[in-house]
Amino acid sequence: MYNEIISHIKNRKTEIIEEWIDRVKEAADERMISVVSEQVFQGTSYEFVDLILLNLDENNSEYKSKLEMFSEKIVRLGWPITFVVSGLRTFTHVVHDDLIQEKKISKDREGEYLEFLDNWLAPLSNEIIHTYASTWEKTVSLQKIALQELSAPLIPVVEHISIMPLVGTIDTERAKLIMENLLEGVVSHRAEVVLIDITGVPVVDTMVAHHVIQAAEAVHLVGARCMLVGIRPEIAQTIVNLGIDLNKFITTSTLRKGMEKALEMTNRKIVELEEVN
Amino acid sequence: MEIQSCVTILNEWDIVAARQLGRNVAKELGFGTVDQARITTAISELARNIYLYAGQGQLCIDRLNEQGKTGLRIIAVDEGPGIPDIRKVMEDGFSTSGGLGAGLPGVRRLMDDFNIDSNPGEGTDIRATKWLR
Repeated sequence: MYNEIISHIKNRKTEIIEEWIDRVKEAADERMISVVSEQVFQGTSYEFVDLILLNLDENNSEYKSKLEMFSEKIVRLGWPITFVVSGLRTFTHVVHDDLIQEKKISKDREGEYLEFLDNWLAPLSNEIIHTYASTWEKTVSLQKIALQELSAPLIPVVEHISIMPLVGTIDTERAKLIMENLLEGVVSHRAEVVLIDITGVPVVDTMVAHHVIQAAEAVHLVGARCMLVGIRPEIAQTIVNLGIDLNKFITTSTLRKGMEKALEMTNRKIVELEEVN
Repeated sequence: MEIQSCVTILNEWDIVAARQLGRNVAKELGFGTVDQARITTAISELARNIYLYAGQGQLCIDRLNEQGKTGLRIIAVDEGPGIPDIRKVMEDGFSTSGGLGAGLPGVRRLMDDFNIDSNPGEGTDIRATKWLR
């Protein structure tokens, strides 16, 4: 049965692939077809059939590495997993139908062949799903690390003044990091004034405000003053609507104004140099 | 005419997804930046309440069109422990989790209409609407 199927697929490769592509296209939704270009689609289909034939030749180590490469390629192409898995199922049926059509199998053995094909392709689809899952897991954990890296740096700009620019959404994990970095940085940079810049924070709700207030209180405890800068007009309105009390803070609309104020607080100012002739 | 889209709240990142959905709908309906900020902040509060107190729930955004008025309605539904004393949670500064206690009263001020339904042990249903002016 094995050799029969191999030779059949080898002989009728083009026909099978064409039929397969047609059927997959029929089943896939519009969105999918517009994303997948014809060329890539055909190329990948041929590659896939070659891969299956390799599986049949039972050269295990080469097959495994090739399968991994293929799965990774599909993941990179960004095809939805449902599309790939249903495509695999369709392939089984196409081969089966083609076998019948070419009268390679008798009526009473149809079921047997279908079961055989199914069993043979099952580990393949399992491997693809597995690669999908692990690739996504890897991507997610990498992104988590990347996100943590750009989390909340405290930058010493001039003596006694440090700035913490916050960009993006603040969740509980980041809030913790902000507090830690802030306190550590204030002590190690010997900052007297710290500016927390929230220009890049899209939404300031009570949770964010609560964390910022707590951070400011902690900064106060280690002997520095905290300023909240970069409050956009719409954020100012929502803060007032929410009824959050930021009276304990010095707040400014932009980082630049905050910087001027911070210099003032440390008895300094920026002066322009007189031109020297 | 109502078109609804929902986000299931299970973890903190779903709050961001709900917020994004709300902002997009608000933008589509033609709300200004200030109202967009109000709506997203209100969604953030309600979604966070689901995450913190109920563990899981749903946040839906409705597009409303009534008597020539266009509006956006936030519906936050959960089957959590419910709120024993609604009057108390609507007071400023009341919190059971050590927060600021400005969430629900804040949402009422951020939006135009606000309605809360809750039974202990059965869950909470909060609806808040903002009308386009």
